Amino acid sequence: MDITRRHLLVLLPAAAVAWKFVLAGTPEASPNYKLSEHWWSMLIDIPKCIGCGSCVRACAEENDVPDGYFRTWIERYHVADWKIERPEVESPNGGKQGFPPNEISGGKNFFVPKLCNHCVDSPCTQVCPVGATFVTPDGVVLVDKNYCLGCRYCVQACPYGCRFINPKTNTAEKCSLCYHRITKGLTTACCEVCPTGARQLADLKNPKDPIHEFLRTHTVQILKPHMATGAKVYYNGMDGSVR
Amino acid sequence: MFKDTEHLIRLAVVIVIAVAAFVVLRAAVIPASFGQYGHYRGAAIAEIAARPIAFAGHDVCEGCHTEEAALKKQGKHVVVACEACHGALARHADDPSALTPPKLDTAVLCARCHEANSAKPKTFPQVVTADHSGGIACDTCHQPHKPKIEDEKPAGGTK
Repeated sequence: MDITRRHLLVLLPAAAVAWKFVLAGTPEASPNYKLSEHWWSMLIDIPKCIGCGSCVRACAEENDVPDGYFRTWIERYHVADWKIERPEVESPNGGKQGFPPNEISGGKNFFVPKLCNHCVDSPCTQVCPVGATFVTPDGVVLVDKNYCLGCRYCVQACPYGCRFINPKTNTAEKCSLCYHRITKGLTTACCEVCPTGARQLADLKNPKDPIHEFLRTHTVQILKPHMATGAKVYYNGMDGSVR
Repeated sequence: MFKDTEHLIRLAVVIVIAVAAFVVLRAAVIPASFGQYGHYRGAAIAEIAARPIAFAGHDVCEGCHTEEAALKKQGKHVVVACEACHGALARHADDPSALTPPKLDTAVLCARCHEANSAKPKTFPQVVTADHSGGIACDTCHQPHKPKIEDEKPAGGTK
C-alpha cells in the first residue's frame, strides 16, 4: 500500500495517542487506592513499648524475613545516670524473643523499636545506580527486587541501618511499611499485633488521622534530624541518648 | 558539488544505522513503565502491593468470633489484637477448614508481655512468673480474653 500524504496525516496523531498508552504502562492493582491521596508515616510511642517482640515476629512472618535479618527490631537502652552520650544498647536477636530481665540496676532503661524511617529525601534511594529503590508517590520507600543488582550501595547509605541483603535473593531488602497491606486498607503487621499501641501507622494526608492531634500535643522527635533525611517515623518521649 | 559524495553517503548510512540500533535496543531494554512516576519501574509499585497478606486483621476475626470479641471488650485486653497471641491467620480467615489455629501455651505466651523487666513502663502490669505462679499455666486462674479475676481482693504483690 502506498502511503499518501492524506494517510500520513491520519496515522501520525493515531500513533502519537497509542504511544502515550505504551509509555503509561500497567494500571494500578488496587482500583480504589489512589497514590496521590496518601502520605504514609509511623508514630512510635516509646513510653508504651514493653519490648515483647511481637512486632519483630509479625514482620518476619508477614514478609518472609530470613532468620537473623530484620526489617524492624527493638533496642533496649540503658543510660547510667548522666552518661547520656554513652548508652548501653542491646538487641538480642532483634528482640524477636523479647528481652531477658535486665541485670543492670540504677540509671534508666527503656525500649526503642526501630524500622525504616521512609525518608522523604532518603539517602538510600539517591545512591541507587539503577533506580531499583524509590520513594513512591504516597511516601513509602520501596525496593524493586526484580530490578535490584545487589550492589549494596543503599545498605551503606542508610544512616539508620535499616537495609540488608537478603541471602536468598541477593537483593536489597527493607521495611516496605507493609505496602501490600496498607494499600488494601489494613494496617501494617507490626501495628496490628502491637499489644500496647506503641506503634501506629499514620496517613499524614488524611486530615482525620489522629496523628495530627498527637503531633500538636506531644514532644515528638525523629531519629538523626541533623542528617536532613526527612524521616517520617515520629518518636514520642524519646530520650536524648537514642541514636 | 563534492567530488566524493559517495563517502559522505556511506558515513551517513552508518550513523543512521547506529542511531536506529541504539533507539531499538534502548526501547527493548528499558521496561515500559520506567519513568512513569520517577526514575524507577512504575509497575513495581503494583507488584509489591499485590503480595498476599499473612495477618487477617482483628476486624475480620471479630466478624465470626463474636463471643470472644464481646468478652475481650469487657477487659483490658480489648486493645490487644487477636493475632498478637494467636498468630498470623489470614489463611484461616479465607477458609476456616484450611488451617486450625494451634492451641496456645499461656505459661509461655503471657510471660512474653508480662514478665517483669526494668525497661518496661512502670504502669504496665508485670510479674516475676517464677514467684507469681511457679510455672503453672496462667489460664488456670486468668481467662486470657478478660484477664482480671472477678472476686480478686485489692491486689497485693500480684499486680
